[in-house]
Amino acid sequence: MTDNTDQQHSQNASSKGWRFGVLKKVDGFLLWAILLICLLPLLPLLFSWFDLEPELWQHLWNTQIPQLLSNTFWLVLLVGTGSFLIGVSLAWLIVMHEFPGRSILQWGLMLPLAIPPYILAFTLLGFTDYEGPLQYALESVGLGIAWLPDTRNVFGVALIFTLSLYPYVYLLMRSALQRKGRTSYESARTLGYSRAKAFWRLVIPLTRPAWIAGLGLVLMETLADFGAVAIFNFDTFTTAIYKSWYGFFSASTAAQLACILLLFVALSVLVEKWGRGQSRYEQTGIALKEYRQPLTGLWGVLVQIFAWGVFALGFVLPVIQLLVWAIKTYERHTDGTLVLLSHTMILAIVAALITLMVAAIMVWAKRNKESTGRNLAIEFSQLGYSLPGTVLAVGIMMALNWIDGGIASLFGVKGQWLASGLFALILAYIIRFLRIGYGPVASSMSQIKPSVVEAAASLGANQKERFWRVYIPLLRPGVFTALLLIFVEVMKELPATLMLRPFGWDTLAVRIYELTSEGEWEVAALPAVLLVAVGILPVIYLIRKSEV
Amino acid sequence: MTMMKTWLTGLSATALLVLSACSDESAQSNESKADSQSQETQVVAKSQDKKEIVVYTSRKEHLVKPFFEQFTAETGIEINYITDSEAALISRLKAEGERTPADVFMTVDAGNLWLATEEGVLQPIESQALEAVIPDSLQDPDNHWYGLTVRARTMVYSTERVNPEDLSTYEALGDEQWNGRLCLRTSKKVYNQSLVAMMIARYGEEKTQQIVESWVANLATDPFSNDTKVMNAITAGVCDVGIVNTYYFGRLQKETPDLPLALFWPDQSEEGYGVHVNVSGAGITRHSDNKQNALKLIEWLANEQAQQMFAGLNMEYPANQNVEPTEEVAAWGEFRADRTNLSKAGELQPAAVKLMDRAGYR
Repeated sequence: MTDNTDQQHSQNASSKGWRFGVLKKVDGFLLWAILLICLLPLLPLLFSWFDLEPELWQHLWNTQIPQLLSNTFWLVLLVGTGSFLIGVSLAWLIVMHEFPGRSILQWGLMLPLAIPPYILAFTLLGFTDYEGPLQYALESVGLGIAWLPDTRNVFGVALIFTLSLYPYVYLLMRSALQRKGRTSYESARTLGYSRAKAFWRLVIPLTRPAWIAGLGLVLMETLADFGAVAIFNFDTFTTAIYKSWYGFFSASTAAQLACILLLFVALSVLVEKWGRGQSRYEQTGIALKEYRQPLTGLWGVLVQIFAWGVFALGFVLPVIQLLVWAIKTYERHTDGTLVLLSHTMILAIVAALITLMVAAIMVWAKRNKESTGRNLAIEFSQLGYSLPGTVLAVGIMMALNWIDGGIASLFGVKGQWLASGLFALILAYIIRFLRIGYGPVASSMSQIKPSVVEAAASLGANQKERFWRVYIPLLRPGVFTALLLIFVEVMKELPATLMLRPFGWDTLAVRIYELTSEGEWEVAALPAVLLVAVGILPVIYLIRKSEV
Repeated sequence: MTMMKTWLTGLSATALLVLSACSDESAQSNESKADSQSQETQVVAKSQDKKEIVVYTSRKEHLVKPFFEQFTAETGIEINYITDSEAALISRLKAEGERTPADVFMTVDAGNLWLATEEGVLQPIESQALEAVIPDSLQDPDNHWYGLTVRARTMVYSTERVNPEDLSTYEALGDEQWNGRLCLRTSKKVYNQSLVAMMIARYGEEKTQQIVESWVANLATDPFSNDTKVMNAITAGVCDVGIVNTYYFGRLQKETPDLPLALFWPDQSEEGYGVHVNVSGAGITRHSDNKQNALKLIEWLANEQAQQMFAGLNMEYPANQNVEPTEEVAAWGEFRADRTNLSKAGELQPAAVKLMDRAGYR
């Protein structure tokens, strides 16, 4: 549809016609170029299949894989259900209801996103473990260690992932409800649907793209995680990847296992897309002026306790624990912590801007021309998010070194052109977080219905005016969401940073890793608190910006 | 749409500017460093020997930085370093091949040093200074690497509930009397993999598997993710005995002086093999373009003065046989260490990991 308006326009303004024609060709080219670059780190993974070690596979199959698959299955099930229930119910609560403290919770419920799962994991474990604060508290009221909850199991791990990742579902669901959930729910109620029926039969299907996208992010991150599960010594599929590499010295078997993980994720994405089929729910009309129902009665009290409980467990308590440790150990940090902070922020800002641009090009290419090829290219460009970070980083490092080696042998100059330096690191961030940038921008773009642009064109707006006065204002929320999410994610990122950073470019996450891997968890609290503090600001800003 | 493109281009240009500004900045600061340095050392710089070496290390920054600074102060040789996990650094050295900037590879655990040798990223070192002070069991038979500090992986027990006379060998932790009283760290940690690999070297696979199985049967609770948690569990009374690296015990003891725990040195009887020890060590990368200075660093780290500091900082034992451990470390008592060459730990590591998998030791 846009094509038509733009074509009409280019006919009107023939001087711009040729430029448009060129760009139409270029957008496809750019899209394929992006796909190629994003698939670059997968090449070494594919080549690994030339080096098969059947005996090792046999061993893994006999002793590890069945248990790992079952662990991973239960973890995914629990985290998926937990994030869906918490994310959706809290979004519904915030959008539809009025209660004291709502304006705080509105952004407060996003804050757990600023705490990486591995930090939440060592905080919770440090709190509940033997010789931890909880044990002392229990002892002071005369209860022994038998009363300590055992958190080193699937429930503890699932709790960590749910608490630190549900905000993705909450964030996307909240804006979806603001846009379309409310209107349809209210119409359905007027037409005599019961509350439950209106919610489950209308609101949930209507907002499906939002919560599916949120759940996708949650589950991919869960599948790719190694830090939090290692702290709990809980074995998932990722464990087999690391065990093959670190324990059996078989990088190729590790890569093969990573391929299987990737294949599984890619298939799930395709099945979801296919399941959704061609059905589209378009928003009709503009969101009604907000009316929020006051929460009353016992039910209202319980609901509020639930919401504040999630906020407390996911954010307030971990931060208090971190602060206590940070104060206790802060003399152990001599210098350089502020330098780490500045590195962290520079990398996060630069990576967020560039990733956003790449995402915008993809959104734009899709808008220009819908085709299966383009849709697949877009989908496969985003696979980097579902790979365990270290595997992705090794892939990028190997691929860039091949190129460097090629340059060296072609031109006879020996050197590290691509593989070392900020370029490699930023590239890794882009490939890893493209999915996070693409989603919000694409969803904002899909809100701009062709009829709006047509209307603008028919009112005589030229391309420039349509861009500045239609696209930009309507895209702004998505662009901000994307920028800030990538910013927060890059700040938290560890494995790629560790492997690809140039000399002297240590970040807060790197310092936290160095300390925790030596068992110095309490000393790691100070950089962790700083990381969380820097992450909070964009999160609060994000929520403010997305106010209706 | 055209405008959107323009807008995006503008945005990307801005970002690239920011980016290049950042790298310029760091490049400049490097240059200025190099400038001030080259004034002092112009002569050397001309003799095509760079006054700068690059170290890849899996030792954490706070454990190496003080020595690197000291080395630079004494010799004028600057050190650039990157920290990462061992496996990642070895993959990186392999991928970089002859283009690698690295001169020295430094890591913990003989298993990792063995792997680096096996993957061909290290070169043999010829150094009489190192041969003279580092015992044979703590170095590669072909001199690809030398141990620099030594840690013992030994037993820790509750002084409240265990009579040390009941303890004897690693093997005996599988005895009936320790049923439900043993705590272990995860088998995914290389320290345990090396321990079991060295047991395979002594006893063979079959017997070792029986031992590991008997340990697993005696476990009081699931394996922990680190040694400190093992000791906390013993303090709390969940179990009575465990296996830990000495310096973790030292750190905890420093924090909590009245710790109700003590170390025990197993396998000390005449026919016993001695306590399992491991090293942190270093080697020169195969494609180092600054071999002389790389060697200078490793020899410097092995000299008496550096050894005292180096081992002392992390409460480890010096690898240099002429250097005494610090007082706090010596206070744990003397022991006889296993003298089997440590490269066995790497060679048998995959077998050890498989064995622990089969024995159900997570």
